[in-house]
Amino acid sequence: MLRIIATRVVLGILTLLAVSILIFAATEILPGDVASAVLGQGATPETLRVFRKELGLDRPAHVRYAEWFTGAIQGNFGKALTNKRDILTSITPRLKNTLFLAGYAALIAVPLSVALGILAAINEGKLADRLANIISLATISVPEFFIAYLLILFFAVKLRYFPSLSTVFADMPLSKKLHVTALPAVTLTMLVAAHMLRMTRSSVLSIMSQPYIEMAFLKGLSRTRVVLTHALPNAAAPIITVIALNLAYLIVGVVVIEVVFVYPGIGQFMVDGVSKRDLPVVQACGLIFAGAFITLNTVADVLSILVNPRLRHPV
Amino acid sequence: MAETVLAIRNLRVESITGTVLVDDVSLELKPGEVLGLIGESGAGKSTIGLAAMVYARAGCKITGGTVEVKGANARTLDMEARRELRGRRIAYVAQSAAASFNPAHCIMDQVCEMPVQHGMMPKAAAQAWAVELFRSLELPNPETFGARFPHQVSGGQLQRAMAAMAISCRPDIVVFDEPTTALDVTTQIEVLALIKKLIKEYHTAALYISHDLAVVAQVADRIMVLRGGKLVEQGTTEQILMRPQNEYSRALVADRKASDKLSVESTAQRGAIVLSVANAVGMYGNFTAVKNVSLSVAHGETLAVVGESGSGKSSLARLIVGLLPRSAGTVTFRGRELSSALKNRTKEDLRKLQFIYQQPDVALNPRQTVGEIIGRPVQFYFDRSPADVAKRVAELLTQVDLPLDYAQRLSSALSGGQKQRVCIARALAAEPELIICDEPTSALDQLVADGILKLLKHLQDELGIAYLFITHDLGIVRRIAHRTAAMLRGEIVAEGATAAVFSPPLHPYTERLLASVPEVRADWLDEVLAHRA
Repeated sequence: MLRIIATRVVLGILTLLAVSILIFAATEILPGDVASAVLGQGATPETLRVFRKELGLDRPAHVRYAEWFTGAIQGNFGKALTNKRDILTSITPRLKNTLFLAGYAALIAVPLSVALGILAAINEGKLADRLANIISLATISVPEFFIAYLLILFFAVKLRYFPSLSTVFADMPLSKKLHVTALPAVTLTMLVAAHMLRMTRSSVLSIMSQPYIEMAFLKGLSRTRVVLTHALPNAAAPIITVIALNLAYLIVGVVVIEVVFVYPGIGQFMVDGVSKRDLPVVQACGLIFAGAFITLNTVADVLSILVNPRLRHPV
Repeated sequence: MAETVLAIRNLRVESITGTVLVDDVSLELKPGEVLGLIGESGAGKSTIGLAAMVYARAGCKITGGTVEVKGANARTLDMEARRELRGRRIAYVAQSAAASFNPAHCIMDQVCEMPVQHGMMPKAAAQAWAVELFRSLELPNPETFGARFPHQVSGGQLQRAMAAMAISCRPDIVVFDEPTTALDVTTQIEVLALIKKLIKEYHTAALYISHDLAVVAQVADRIMVLRGGKLVEQGTTEQILMRPQNEYSRALVADRKASDKLSVESTAQRGAIVLSVANAVGMYGNFTAVKNVSLSVAHGETLAVVGESGSGKSSLARLIVGLLPRSAGTVTFRGRELSSALKNRTKEDLRKLQFIYQQPDVALNPRQTVGEIIGRPVQFYFDRSPADVAKRVAELLTQVDLPLDYAQRLSSALSGGQKQRVCIARALAAEPELIICDEPTSALDQLVADGILKLLKHLQDELGIAYLFITHDLGIVRRIAHRTAAMLRGEIVAEGATAAVFSPPLHPYTERLLASVPEVRADWLDEVLAHRA
């Protein structure tokens, strides 16, 4: 089993490496380079050449890639072009904000959707199940910004329970922070909960047709006990995978929500970077996103291996 | 007269589409009595067994009759009271223990679950009781057996653990639904003996469901013969075995008895050798599944490969066709050595060697018509025009005794026996010299299987095809095989003309295999056990 887990981890690292190459190559393919971006259209070929030499851009791509990647894994992403500040120091607080919001949403969404999914499976075909299905379908069908604006309209503008802008500072007390970010967290919850709920429900139900489930019913157990102790442990692997995917989405896919609520997270930072053609910033954000995505999926894979009784208790 | 523990009257079970699965069946069970239910698949045996627990599978519904447990009609009970009944008063032993144990929990937790959940005893007491049951079922290391997971123990042990689970609440009635069908003969005999002992020891009444008359005869006091959801005949075991009244029951009994006789004589003069395997070794990783095997099959000859499950029979077949690469030895076909890897074999090599599988259900694409399935090899190997392919398909359907209009049907619409005939037609389409048959009848009912065997025999006489026939059923071997090879742990321990292999002096392994085949007489099991002791 250790070997299987080790393989997964190595595969994760290789994927990260491949993605980093893609990110670097993509920014490389874009027309114009950092030098022309900084100097603007008025630059003469002569100044461009001197500036490129100064930045080291005249060296071959693979050398620059190696330099960038070894720097990046040590936390050195270089300096932003626009304001010449160290990228790591500007990213760190924003990354913390993003992780805070993602964690907040996850704490609501994961227990809620798994519990509702199990509840729907226990009451398959009954009112509770249908209601859960219809509501979850509705929330995934509506675009996220629309939900966000609806929430702002009702809870911020009309009822004035929450602020419409989720501005946070480093020294804000936690209770204040939770209050300010409640609306984006709820929006994100609605976005990811549906997927997890449906997956939990269908994984549990697919197990319900197994002979050992019939056996459990013939032992005279209640439907609740059959679902919780006999179906759920065997349905765990796909549920874990879908939770990991959604957690990754909470970190990576929040750009729109951050823009709507003007939340100082890494997504907004990346959008700024793109609009200002600040390539090192875009590269750094891309690599962090990829890292988060791959790490969460690798963790999910490892957990799925760990919950498999055949691998945990070899013959 | 003793009281009745279970009485089913005029039971009727329908599917939601309205098909009648069980029609007007009544039965009674007295304490300690064992009633055998026998019939082919679709006879409604399992449906009746489950109905005794007032349980119907998804898509089925009990629509008429009463189920009385100790005099009280269980059909009028609410869900709570039915749960109280299940497990505690009536317990169930399923066909496949491997599928019926939850893979996520250890055996002890699953065995103790019933007494604990039904509030009969605290967990510690239930565990001690389970250990006692493990011991009386002669499970290895009863103290620690429960800590193991279902995938860590053998099929026979798991089936015994399930019997322990069923008896854990000391129920009045146990429903045994084909409890030994998934086991091979040598394991079957052990489990059968222990089930018999268990029923006697705890004085439990039982419904014993099986398609094998010989097995039922060992445990049942009375036997009910069922067909198509209806009762055919009912009587004491002795009556059904010796004096069956109904024509269908007579066919069942006669057919089972026929399989005990040797009906194929091996010819002294063997034809030209078609396939020869010399010192072949096949491995899965570090595990050697086929050890230094040598054998040969001649033109028009059937070589049976017999052995318990896990003895390497199927691995040998996979090695011959190239699905399992051999790590040593040679496989020669008509004097030409075949490559170890499937992808290096020529189209001719592939054509001459065809395969028929154990489960026709999964060997056919359910979305293709029978015509497409059989026509494909004709097209692939002989490159005929569409009109010629259609003509050949019609010929092949006639050869396997299927109506010509079946060419337009989807394979999923056919019965198990018909599907196997399609598989045979598909193999024949390649005009092979040898067909490897991997347990082609073990998933089929007795009378259907019988038809398939006759068909194979007939095709051999007509076309001179050689068969390498893998089976664990010695009855079949004696009926169709000219020569027999017995496999044990990847090695061939006895080989020769079938009559010689099965007559003294016997190899201890073939003797054990032979002695384990149930015979159609009620005292067979007791005799064998007495002989062993």
